[in-house]
Amino acid sequence: MTQPFRTEAGGQIDRSRPVRFSFDGRAYVGYAGDTLASALLANGVHLMGRSYKYHRPRGVLSAGAEEPNALVNVARDAARSAPNLRATQVELYEGLTATSQNRFPSLGFDLGAINDVCAPLLGAGFYYKTFMAPRGAWFKLYEPIIRHAAGLGRAPVAPDPDRYANRYAHCDLLIAGGGPAGVQAALEAAPSGQRIIIADDNPGFDSATLAGFANVTCLPRTTVFGYFPHNFLGLAERLTDHLADPGDRARERLWQVRAKQVSLATGAIERPLVFAGNDRPGIMLAGAARTYLDRYGVLVGKRVVVFTACDTAYAAAVALHRAGSQVVAILDLRDSPGGPEVAAVREAGIAVYPASSIVGTQGRLRVRSVTTGAGLRIACDAVLMSGGWTPSVHLYSQARGKLVYDEERQFFRPAGPLPGLRCVGACNGDLPESGGFLGVVPGQRGGPAFVDFQNDVKASDIQGAVAEGFRSIEHVKRYTTTGMATDQGKTSNMNALAIAAQQLGQPLPSVGLTTFRMPYTPVTLGLFAGAARGELFDPVRQAPLHDWAQAAGAVFEDVGLWKRARAFPRGGEDLHAAVARECRTVREAAGLFDASTLGKVEVVGPDAAEFLNRLYTNSWSKLAVGRCRYGLMLTEAGFVMDDGVVARLTVDRFHVTTTTTGAPRVLAQMEDYLQTEFPELKVWLTSTTEQWAVIAVQGPRARAILAPHVSDIDLAMPHMSVREGRVAGVPARLFRVSFTGELGFEVNVPAGQAQRVWDVLWAEAVKHGACAYGTEAMHVLRAEKGYIIVGQDTDGTVTPDDLGLGWAIGRSKPDFVGKRSLLREDLIKADRPQFVGLLTVDPVRVPEEGAQIVPVAAPAVGSHALGHVTSAYSSATLNRSIALGLVEGGRGRMGEVVHLTTASGTIPAVIAEPVFYDREGGRLDG
Amino acid sequence: MLLIPCPWCGPRPELEFRHAGQAHIARPADPSATSDAEWTEFLFLRSNPKGRHAERWRHASGCNRFFNCVRDTVSDTILATYKPGEAAP
Repeated sequence: MTQPFRTEAGGQIDRSRPVRFSFDGRAYVGYAGDTLASALLANGVHLMGRSYKYHRPRGVLSAGAEEPNALVNVARDAARSAPNLRATQVELYEGLTATSQNRFPSLGFDLGAINDVCAPLLGAGFYYKTFMAPRGAWFKLYEPIIRHAAGLGRAPVAPDPDRYANRYAHCDLLIAGGGPAGVQAALEAAPSGQRIIIADDNPGFDSATLAGFANVTCLPRTTVFGYFPHNFLGLAERLTDHLADPGDRARERLWQVRAKQVSLATGAIERPLVFAGNDRPGIMLAGAARTYLDRYGVLVGKRVVVFTACDTAYAAAVALHRAGSQVVAILDLRDSPGGPEVAAVREAGIAVYPASSIVGTQGRLRVRSVTTGAGLRIACDAVLMSGGWTPSVHLYSQARGKLVYDEERQFFRPAGPLPGLRCVGACNGDLPESGGFLGVVPGQRGGPAFVDFQNDVKASDIQGAVAEGFRSIEHVKRYTTTGMATDQGKTSNMNALAIAAQQLGQPLPSVGLTTFRMPYTPVTLGLFAGAARGELFDPVRQAPLHDWAQAAGAVFEDVGLWKRARAFPRGGEDLHAAVARECRTVREAAGLFDASTLGKVEVVGPDAAEFLNRLYTNSWSKLAVGRCRYGLMLTEAGFVMDDGVVARLTVDRFHVTTTTTGAPRVLAQMEDYLQTEFPELKVWLTSTTEQWAVIAVQGPRARAILAPHVSDIDLAMPHMSVREGRVAGVPARLFRVSFTGELGFEVNVPAGQAQRVWDVLWAEAVKHGACAYGTEAMHVLRAEKGYIIVGQDTDGTVTPDDLGLGWAIGRSKPDFVGKRSLLREDLIKADRPQFVGLLTVDPVRVPEEGAQIVPVAAPAVGSHALGHVTSAYSSATLNRSIALGLVEGGRGRMGEVVHLTTASGTIPAVIAEPVFYDREGGRLDG
Repeated sequence: MLLIPCPWCGPRPELEFRHAGQAHIARPADPSATSDAEWTEFLFLRSNPKGRHAERWRHASGCNRFFNCVRDTVSDTILATYKPGEAAP
C-alpha cells in the first residue's frame, strides 16, 4: 500500500520495516519508528478525533506531549485497552489497533455534531444556567446525558492484567528532557563520575554520545511527571506499550528519584493562533509539521498556507517547500517580518504577505481553503500556524519556582535557579528572538475561534466569562474550563490569559498564571498502584492461631489489618446460627477464643506506676503485685481514647493491654508524653503485641479445662489477677479476666508456642463440651454485659461519665491526661449523651447500628435526634434483641419509649440499663 | 516527599515519619490551676503561619522518637531539626 504523503527519503523511520496497523477498522501501513499520528499523516489522514463538547472534526495539532486533539483508544484486547492516548506519542507496532473517540456512529459522520450547530446555546457554563429545574433532574437526567454526549474515551471494564514495576533511585543529577540542552547538560557533568539519570518521553533521544558513560542512566519513553518537595521526582517509564508482543514484562515502571541536583531541559511548546475556524483538520502547528517531515519523512499537506507571527514558521515553510509541498502563501501578522529565515523564504520564491491574517477557514473534515483578512480565499490542504513559543515551565513551577513575565518575548520564564534545581535551554527562556503573538487575531468577523482545543473553549467563552463578572484567572479557568483538560492547557494557557487580560483591561502579568500541577501528562493508575493490588493491596496481619482457625472452618473479618475469626460455623450453619450456638456454649460450658490481636505494651521502670497514673484515669500506685485493673485512657481533651486491662507483674513492671486497633495509637500517646512532657520519669515502653499470643478460656468450665495443664499456678486466683507460671508446659502469664461475664482466664504464651498450647487446651475443652468462638460471639457476650468497645460504642466525643465509667476515674490524683478537660463546661452538661440499653418492643427485631434515636415515631424532617444506636445484636441467651446506644440524658430516661430509625420508618424501643445479663456479676466466679 | 533529618538517625524520607502537630506547646505544669480560657488555648489554638513554623515529628518507622522541626510552610524547606527540650534556633 502506498503512503501518499511519505517523502522519498529522510526521517528517522526504518523504511525497510513496514508496519501494518488499523485505525477505526481501516488497515494502513506505516514504518517502524512512526507514531500513530505520523503514520496516519503519511496516509493522508488528518481527521483523528471529535472534540469534547461540540463534536467538531479534529486533526492532529502537534507532534508531542502537548497534543490536545488526536486522542485515541489503543486496545490489544478488552482488558488491555487504553483510552485518551495522544496519537502523537503512540509508537506504531505490527497489528496496532486504534480507534477514535467521542463519536457516534463514526468519525466521519457523528450525530453528536448537532452540538456544533447548537453551539451558541452551549457556551461556557451553559449547564449551570440551562439545567436548573426541576429539582433533582440534574443527577437523574441532565448529568447522565451530558456525560454521555461529552467526554473522551472509555475506561476498560475488565481488570488490568498488566504488571507495573516500581523503583527507587538516588542520583547526583537528574535531567528532565533529552533534547540538545539536556544531552549537553549530561555531557558536561558525566566526566566527573556523578550518578546521572536523563529521561525523555520520546522513544529515542540523542543518547548515543552518552553511551560510553557507565555513570549515566538513559531512560527513553520516560516522562518526568511530577516534582515533589526536596528534589523528589516521579518518572513514568513505558516499557512495553510500543511492542507488538509485550510478553509478561511489566508494562510500566514508576521511578521515585531523590536527586541532589535537577536540570530541567523540558524545552518549549509552540502556541496556536486564535482565529475563526482554527480547529479544522489540516491546521496544525508549524513546528509540528517540520517534525513530521524531519523525523518521520511525512508531508502534512501538498498545498500549504502558513499563518504566523513567528520566524520559526518560515524555516518550516522552507523545509516543506524543499521536500515537495507547495507553500502557496505565508501570511504574517507582523508589519515587517525580517530575519534570516524570512530572507530564505523569499529566496525560495514563496510569497510572503506582511500584516495579514486568516479570519475564516472552510472544509468539513479537512481544511479546504482559508479566508484572509483582505478577503482573499486561498485553497489549501494544510495550514501551518505559529504564535511563538512558550517555555515548558511546568516542572519548575511544580517545584514552586517563581515565574517572571518577559514583556519583550511575551512568555513566562523561570525567575532563576532554586536550591538543587536549574533550568537549561528553551525551558529557561533561552530561545532565539523570533516574534510571537498572544490573544485573538485582529479583524475576526465571527465564527468560533478556539483557544483550548481539548475542552472546546472559544475566545468568546473567555471574553464572556469576564463580561459576566469573573475577574480572577482561576475563576475564569474554572468557569470556562480552559486549561482544565488532560493536556492542562499546554497549548492554550497563554492565549487564554492574554484574552482575559485584554478583556479585563489589565496587563497580562497582573492577571497571573494558573497553577501547574502534576502529572505533566496523564499517568496510569496502574503505575501508582504498582504491586499493591489484590492480596497485596494492604498488608495482612495473621494471629498465631490463624491456620488452626482456617482449618476449623472459621469465617474471617478484617479488624484493622488483622484477619480475625468471626465465627466457626458447623455443618450448614449460617453466621447467625453459629454465633447463637457459640454464645450459648460459652454461657453453658465454655469457649476458647483467640484474643492475640489485643494490643500489649510492657511498661517497665522505677516510675512505671507514676507514669500510668498520668496516662490512665485510674489510680495505679496502690495496685498490688499480681493484680489487674481496668484502665481507661483519655485524650487531653477528656474523651475516651482506649481501654484495656493493666496487670502489675512486679513493683516496676506492668503488662498493659489495649484495644486491637488502638495499639499503635496508645503506644504513640505513651511515647509522646514520656519523651516530651514527662522526660524525668524513668520508664521504658515496649510493644509486645506480637510476642504474646492470648488464648481466652471463658465459661463455667474454664477452670476445669485449664486445671490439668497448669501445675505451678493456683487456679483459685481471684478475678482480676495475674500469675506467672506454665500452661501446657509453656511459660505463661495467666490472667483471670472476663470479657464475657463468665468465669474467665486469658492465657498469654509466647506467640511461637501458641499452637502447641491451643492444641492441648482444645483437646481438653472438647471433653467439656466447649467450643471455639469468634469475634461476633465475643461482641454479643460483652454486649449482654454492657461492656463497651472503644471505637464502636464511643466515637471520640464521649467522656467516661457519658459511658457510666465515672468509677474508673482516680479523682484524688492531682492530674492525669484529660483530667482538666473533664471540668470543661461542655463536658459536664446535664444533657450529655449517656450510654444506655435499648430493648425493642418487638423482641425479634434487631435495630441497625448507627440508627438515630428519635423521640417520636414520625419525626419531622430536620428535627433533632436524641442519640444513636452504637451496638445491636440478637441475643441467644436472652432470646431477644439487645442494643446499646448513646441518648441525651439517657440515665434519667429509664423506661422511656423512644423510636429507632430504619430504612423504612421507625421502630419503638424502651430505654433500659446497659447490663442485660447477670447484673450482680455472680457468674464471674463460675 | 520531604527529606527529614531525624536528629538521631539522619535524613530519612517522610514516609518514615508521623507529623505530631505544632511544637513548643508546653503542657501546663498544673492543669487544674488553669482557667477555662487558658486550657482552651492549650488544647485547641494553634498557629497556621505562612512561612517559618515549628512543628513536631515522630520517627515512627525508625527510632520512634519525637523531635522538633522548623519548616518553611511555603517552600517546604526544613531549616532545622532538634531534640525535645532544645530551644528553637
